[in-house]
Amino acid sequence: MKKTIITVVGKDSVGIIAKVCTYLSESKVNILDISQTIVQGYFNMMMITDISATDKDFTTLSEDLEKVGEEIGCIIKIQREDIFNKMHRL
Amino acid sequence: MINISEVLETNKMIEKQNLDVRTITLGISLLDCADSDVNVVAENIYNKITTVAKDLVSTGQDLEKEFGIPIVNKRISITPISLVGARACKCPEDYVILAKALDRAAKKVGVNFIGGYSALVSKGMTKSDEYLIRSIPQAMKETDFICSSINVGSSKTGINMDAVKLLGEIILDTADLTKENDSIGCAKLVVLCNAPDDNPFMAGAFHGVTEADAIINVGVSGPGVVKSALETAKGADFGTLCETVKKTAFKITRVGQLIASEASKRLGIPFGIIDLSLAPTPAIGDSIAEIFEVMGLERAGAPGTTAALAMLNDQVKKGGVMASSYVGGLSGAFIPVSEDQGMIDAVVDGALTLEKLEAMTCVCSVGLDMIAIPGDTKATTISGIIADEMAIGMVNQKTTAVRIIPVIGKGVGETVEFGGLLGYAPIMPVNQFSSDDFINRGGRIPAPIHSFKN
Repeated sequence: MKKTIITVVGKDSVGIIAKVCTYLSESKVNILDISQTIVQGYFNMMMITDISATDKDFTTLSEDLEKVGEEIGCIIKIQREDIFNKMHRL
Repeated sequence: MINISEVLETNKMIEKQNLDVRTITLGISLLDCADSDVNVVAENIYNKITTVAKDLVSTGQDLEKEFGIPIVNKRISITPISLVGARACKCPEDYVILAKALDRAAKKVGVNFIGGYSALVSKGMTKSDEYLIRSIPQAMKETDFICSSINVGSSKTGINMDAVKLLGEIILDTADLTKENDSIGCAKLVVLCNAPDDNPFMAGAFHGVTEADAIINVGVSGPGVVKSALETAKGADFGTLCETVKKTAFKITRVGQLIASEASKRLGIPFGIIDLSLAPTPAIGDSIAEIFEVMGLERAGAPGTTAALAMLNDQVKKGGVMASSYVGGLSGAFIPVSEDQGMIDAVVDGALTLEKLEAMTCVCSVGLDMIAIPGDTKATTISGIIADEMAIGMVNQKTTAVRIIPVIGKGVGETVEFGGLLGYAPIMPVNQFSSDDFINRGGRIPAPIHSFKN
């Protein structure tokens, strides 16, 4: 399993999750967990995903998600889970 | 499993507090490039660097994308070139040929800097060492990406005062030859005492002779993250302050360790060390001086600054050591003037002087760093400043360094602009009393006694 974290930050609006999930589903990226919160009026979503089944490379996923973000007025980032595990777990 | 607040915290550090990996530095041994013909040496050097480091920059960029953290610099450090060129170089001009080859290699592989245009002369200079040192002004003029460092002293050998004297002159010559660009050559030239073999930071990086053929060293950073963390500890006592710095340093260093081990795996080159340094940049909020301000000092340089720095430096190490399997290099807070907006402000406001900076270097890495002084400063005065700083390193068994820039044609009150990460600096006044007779004595200062500690 290749776990990645996708974060979506921006103004809340209708269809954010739908758009992101549609792209992920088309790209064969499996969603393992979703959580979201509103911080200072901004929509914050985090998805833990598994990219082992996708045939897209990391750069493509990252650039595509950036584009999806532009369409819905959010900043979308994809990062490997390790950076968060290393920083917050012993 | 990782939760959303942890993810948001990490990304806030990266996006808002300038957390980055400051450098991945690939150390390459060039000892096997030696030959009796200088042009062959130049070719060997170019070929070895462009082969070993061919994937360094692209690997760095891949890691940036995958982990979502900027890796600001990708650099190379090499065997001190005075060792590699000893057989071939018969005059300073021969060394300039090697400098140009290094510069071409740097451009070809796309790194920000190559460090190691260096000589280790803490006890004495060979002919080769002296040629190399004398070639520095011309080499700095004719290249863009070369960093030079000279180790002139150590706790074991004392201080080579002949080299100190010579370097005062060399620094002025370098300033003069690069005067069209505000004497920028001197920003890439550092004089060291107790120089480490595995330092990934410029300008003092070189690949020591005790190192393997190639090695990955990583320098982390994050003054902005420490500052933001300390803002949450406003009014708390020193125990709380220290805990906050330690925890933050731990988190920063873990990221550095992750990047280092990934880079090592992908390049097939062993991991060397993590350098636990807090390296500021000219960006607002990415400043060591601002950490002092959050700690409760009105400006860097106010009474208490040396104590604050000592504490900061120690806690960064205590937090970082546990986060990394191997720690080395300089590992401490840097206090460059031109690269730190808060330090620049402190100088402009009259809070920070050269003498206070010297005191601060007693408790942190690395030394008098990126300090602009008037262009008409005498060579012996520069040598005197170097000698003082080397003495601090020698006696305290720590690395110290001097990277000062006499800006030709400019005086106190004027400003010099280096650009990029090197920043800008107000020109600082220098003590005007003469050091001539002291510096002109020649010879060396013996190593200090390592007992009767007081």
